[in-house]
Amino acid sequence: MLLNSLMNLVPELNKAFLETLYMVAISLSVAIIAGLPLGILLFVTDRGLFLENTTVKSVLGFIVNMIRSIPFVILLVGLLPLTKLITGTTIGPTAASVSLSVAAIPFFARIVETSLREIDKGVIEAAVAVGATPWMIIKDVLLPEARPGIMHGITITTISLVSYSAMAGIVGGGGIGDLAIRFGYYRYDNTVMITTIVILICLVQIIQFAGDRIARLVDKR
Amino acid sequence: MIEVKNLVKVYSSKKNKVIGVDNVSLTIKNGEIFGIVGYSGAGKSTLLRCLNLLERPTSGQVIIDGVDLTTLNDKELRQARLKIGMIFQHFHLVSSKTVFENVAFALKAAKKSKDEIEKRVNELLEMVGLADKRDAYPSQLSGGQKQRVGIARALANEPTVLLCDEATSALDPSTTKSILALLKKINRELGITIVLITHEMEVVKDICDRIAVMQDGKVIELGTVYDIFTNPKEELTKSFINSVLQFELPDHLLKKRTGTIVKIQFKGEIAEETVVSDMLQTFNVKGNILHGKIEYIQDMPLGIFIMELTGDPDEIERAIDYISLRTNGLEVIASAA
Repeated sequence: MLLNSLMNLVPELNKAFLETLYMVAISLSVAIIAGLPLGILLFVTDRGLFLENTTVKSVLGFIVNMIRSIPFVILLVGLLPLTKLITGTTIGPTAASVSLSVAAIPFFARIVETSLREIDKGVIEAAVAVGATPWMIIKDVLLPEARPGIMHGITITTISLVSYSAMAGIVGGGGIGDLAIRFGYYRYDNTVMITTIVILICLVQIIQFAGDRIARLVDKR
Repeated sequence: MIEVKNLVKVYSSKKNKVIGVDNVSLTIKNGEIFGIVGYSGAGKSTLLRCLNLLERPTSGQVIIDGVDLTTLNDKELRQARLKIGMIFQHFHLVSSKTVFENVAFALKAAKKSKDEIEKRVNELLEMVGLADKRDAYPSQLSGGQKQRVGIARALANEPTVLLCDEATSALDPSTTKSILALLKKINRELGITIVLITHEMEVVKDICDRIAVMQDGKVIELGTVYDIFTNPKEELTKSFINSVLQFELPDHLLKKRTGTIVKIQFKGEIAEETVVSDMLQTFNVKGNILHGKIEYIQDMPLGIFIMELTGDPDEIERAIDYISLRTNGLEVIASAA
C-alpha cells in the first residue's frame, strides 16, 4: 500500500525535484553574478576604504535593506509585472526564478560584504601602500582572502533558495516544496509529506557538506 | 630627500577632535636611517603613515624627492607609492597567496611583465634569505620570515624610501637583531632612506643615524642618535634613554658608602683618554668604581662610570671640578656622608 503510493508518486517527484534544481540554479547564478559585485561595492565604498563614497554606500545599502525587508511571498506577487517583462509569462519555474533572484541578490551581497569585512584591514592597507589599483586589490587581495567566507555564503544562499522555492507554487513554479504543500498538506497525504521532507533534508545536507568541503579546500590560512 | 612641512593631522568625529600630528616640520636626508620614537599615542605612527599618504594630512605638505604628494591625483599617487616601500608590525601578508605571489603582487602593481616578475622575485627572495620558501604560504612561516617577505615586497620596485611601522615590535630579541641587520644592509648597499618608528630604544641605538622624539603629536627633540643619547634635553627623552643605559645602584651599596658618589660620562674621544687615572694621580683622593659601562652608538664610544671618591673634602671638590672640566659630563649623585 505504502510502496504502491510511493511508486505512483515517482514521476511527480522527479518533475518536482528537477524544477527545484532549475529554480535554485538560475537564481543562485544570478545572485552570484549580481550579488558579488554588489557586496564588493558595499564594502569598498565604506568609510576608510580605498573607494570610500558615502553616497554610493548609503544608496546601495538602503536598496539592499529595502528588498530584504519585504516578505518573500509579497515580493513574489509584487514582482509579477517585472517577471512578465523578463520572461514573458507569470507562471512556471522560470517566472518564479525572477523573484527568487531578486530576493537572493541582496541576501548574498550582504554575506559577501560580511566576509570581506573579516579581512585584516592592514592587509588591504599594505596593498594600497604598494601602489596597487583598486581593481588589483579586489582581484588579488579581497577575493582570495574572502574565498572561504564567500564559499560559505554560497552554501547558505543555496539552502535559503531551496526553502524559498517552496513558495514558488503560488505562481505555479512547482518544485519539491510545492509538492509537499499541495499533496502533503492540503490533501493530508502523510506519505507524500514525509517523502518530500526527507528529500529536502537530504538535499540540504548534501549542499552543506559539499559547501563545507569546498570552503576548506580553498582556505589557505 | 623627505621634507615634511607644517604637517597637521586632526581626527574629527561629531563630538570631539583628536590631534594626531601637531604642526610637524622635518627633513630626512637621502640615505639616512631616521628613527621616530615616542610612547603609543604620541602620533609617530600617524606621522609615518602620512609620509605615503595612507593617512591624508589635514594640512601641510609631504615632499619626497621634490614631489609634493598631497597635490597628486590617485593615479600619480599610486606611481609615487611604487617608490615608497612600507613594512608593518604585523607583516600584513596576503594569507591566501604564496610567498612568491605576495612579492609578485607589488611588481604587478608596477605593470611588470611575467618574465621580469619571475626574475625579480627570485632575486629579492635570495636577498632576504628566503629562496627556499618561495612556494610556502605565510601561515607556514615564522614571524621573522614573514617580515622578510614583507621587506622583499616593499623593495620590489626599487624604492628610494622604506617606511617601517614598528617593524620589529612583534619579534623576539634575536629575530629583531637579524631583521635590523637586514635593514642596515639594505640601507648601506642599496642606499635606501629608511624611516622607522619604534618604542624600543635598543632599535634606535642599533641602527639609526638621527632620531626625532615625539610627544602629544609634536616633535620635542631631534638630533643625531649620539647627541641625543649623550645629551638629552627633554624629560621624556631622558626616560627613554634610561631604558637602555640603566644605572641603578643597589640600596645596600648606597647605605654603606662613606665618600662622594659621582656619575661620570665620557663622550667620543674623551672615552679613550686617561681622565680617571690622571685625576687620581693629580689629587689626593681614592676612587672606587661601583658601576661602569661603555656603549657604542654609531661606532662612537659612550662611557658611563659611577665612582665613589674618598679623601679630604677639599681635594674631592677639586677632583670633581677637574673631571667636570675635562669630560663636561659629571653629576654628583650623593655627597660625602
